[in-house]
Amino acid sequence: MTLNAAAMARVGSTGQLRLWLQVAVWSSIGIVLLVLTGVQFGPAATLSILTVTITQATPITFGALTGICSERTGVVNIGIEGMLLTAAFFGFMVGVYTHNPLLALGAAIVSSALMALLHAVLSITFRVDQIISGTVINILAVGITGYLNRQLFTAGAPPGLAAFPRLNVPGLSDLPWIGPILFQQKPLALTAIVLVFVVHFTLFRTRWGLRTRAVGEHPLAADTVGVNVYRQRYINVVIGGAIAGLGGAFFTLESVPHFEPLMTNGIGFIGLAAMIVGKWTPFGAWGAALLFGVAEAIPVAMQIQGINVPYQLVSLLPYLLTIVVVAGVVGRATPPAADGQPYIRQ
Amino acid sequence: MAGWRAWLYALIVPVLAVITALAIGAVVIALTGGSVLKAYQGLWEGSFGQPRSISNTLVRTTPYIFGGLAVALAFKGGLFNIGVEGQITVGALATAFVGYAVSGVPFPAHLILALLAGFVVGGLWGAIPGFLKAYTGAHEVIVTIMLNYVAINVASYLLGGPMKDRNPAVAIAQTAPVLQSARLPPLLPDPQYRVHWGIVLGLLAAVVVWWLLQKTTLGFEIRTVGANPNAARYAGISVGRTTVVVMALSGGLAGLAGALDVVGLNYYYAAAFTAGYGFDSIAVALLGRSNPFGVLPSALLFGGLASGSARMQFLSQIPIDIIQVVQALILIFVAAPTMIRWLYRLRLPREAEAPATGDVQFGASWGKAET
Repeated sequence: MTLNAAAMARVGSTGQLRLWLQVAVWSSIGIVLLVLTGVQFGPAATLSILTVTITQATPITFGALTGICSERTGVVNIGIEGMLLTAAFFGFMVGVYTHNPLLALGAAIVSSALMALLHAVLSITFRVDQIISGTVINILAVGITGYLNRQLFTAGAPPGLAAFPRLNVPGLSDLPWIGPILFQQKPLALTAIVLVFVVHFTLFRTRWGLRTRAVGEHPLAADTVGVNVYRQRYINVVIGGAIAGLGGAFFTLESVPHFEPLMTNGIGFIGLAAMIVGKWTPFGAWGAALLFGVAEAIPVAMQIQGINVPYQLVSLLPYLLTIVVVAGVVGRATPPAADGQPYIRQ
Repeated sequence: MAGWRAWLYALIVPVLAVITALAIGAVVIALTGGSVLKAYQGLWEGSFGQPRSISNTLVRTTPYIFGGLAVALAFKGGLFNIGVEGQITVGALATAFVGYAVSGVPFPAHLILALLAGFVVGGLWGAIPGFLKAYTGAHEVIVTIMLNYVAINVASYLLGGPMKDRNPAVAIAQTAPVLQSARLPPLLPDPQYRVHWGIVLGLLAAVVVWWLLQKTTLGFEIRTVGANPNAARYAGISVGRTTVVVMALSGGLAGLAGALDVVGLNYYYAAAFTAGYGFDSIAVALLGRSNPFGVLPSALLFGGLASGSARMQFLSQIPIDIIQVVQALILIFVAAPTMIRWLYRLRLPREAEAPATGDVQFGASWGKAET
């Protein structure tokens, strides 16, 4: 018994060590790159790369947190992309008609949560293969948003969408470096960072989180001790959907004040990859999201610096990086044990 | 006796799924202020209502057969190939390139060469996620999706620059026309019918895939790996090698989907031609229950929807996108037959409720590395 525990502890600590080693390697690569750009193009370039990184990482972070909420409870979620797109559209639609950014945000959250509810119904109640259910969400989102967009805004959307302004957190935004990078962002960018801490705390420090993880690792055991597996899964998947709603709102209410079909452009899938790279932990996923954020910030910075590379090739960077990272990391990443398996109550 | 009953059960869920999805689509159209009658009249006229529409439907069916077979084959091997979109794109690019850049090769040889290029390049593109899955454990769902974006961006770059038609009269990003010697002849002499030999090749491809899966050692290995990789490994089958082969063949079939549109229909390639084929192909495969012969009618249905939707939009001003909603709904009902049973108060035997992907469960393999 003790031997077993000792063995497990050892496995745990080498896993921990390897994780930190990876964090160290990746962040030193990042720091070296940033210093190099700083030397080459001046500190202003480095500053702008870091600022854009935080901005670009925002929807990826939300997407990754969506995945974590869902998969920690045992439901694979590849429908994040569709949830983001749905939220982006409905946030935009309500924003255009009401001129009220908070109502728009609410619409984004609710619409995305409803898509998540559909995913939950299909995969938990009807036990549809969770990957197929996620694919359904993605196709449905493209259809609904494309249809409504054309039906409602054929002649272009009416003007007056109320988008979120840039924040200026008093005191903090005047700090050197940290101020412009973190505290002159728009509200959702900051919300994403706060949410990383909230999800981490909920998952690892509360009873709810313990139950969630129990259901994701061993639903039968959780059921035996009185946890309602279906309820836990439903609520977590829908909360994940609400978080994706924030991510979708980023596209239309914070990034650019208009909607385009397919505008999420794979960000949901990149968020999913960030979740895997971050080993299903909020902080790990956030780190990965920042890495992908850098990959998106570099092309932007290159354009600002007037470096002429075909944009289609530069914009490949996040996708290629995702492949490299997933291929390099996932072999050692372990998902929740019951991830992807429908639960049938005995 | 049991034969026809099995057929009936196999048909009843997809047929009811399609009917239900169209009914819900009608409700959506009515709610958003469109005319359901005009919309579905247009859909019918544009898909099967006239000889010319049938020809157009068959034209649109061809890539769906190949795309659907690509997804179905991967399903059988336990792999979810969401990368058909990208494989179609690179296949079409390769075929177009061989079609316009290689000259001096006579008719059938040049055509075969062009199609082969699409098959091989699509296959290589598909083999990448297979290889990464087999040797690093990277889940094919993520890698194939990422490769879709890579393919689309690369195509956009190539079509706008290195592969763009040199003809100054051509302003948009497309390749030069493929030479006469690389074109697939039309099936009918009358030029108003655009249906080409691709549809015949599609039927052949379904037979070949069925034969491969059911009658060859490789097919047996593929099905075994798909049903239970551990058992396959225990039986001495190389799971890694089979994974790479399945993904390569799947990508090759997808490549042909793009290639045939180039040599049979448009005679050049522009990215918009194949946009959306990939995700539709997944639905085609699921609707066809991952059976090569099941893929044929479902490809015909999707071809009809694609061909009819243009006429629908013209007649009723209903945006084409509603078809995508209908397709997603079809997919929901096919994937969750319990819903259909519940809606129609049916009593079905177990085999009619078998998962649309056969014995394979993808979710369960999520993020787990093959070791």
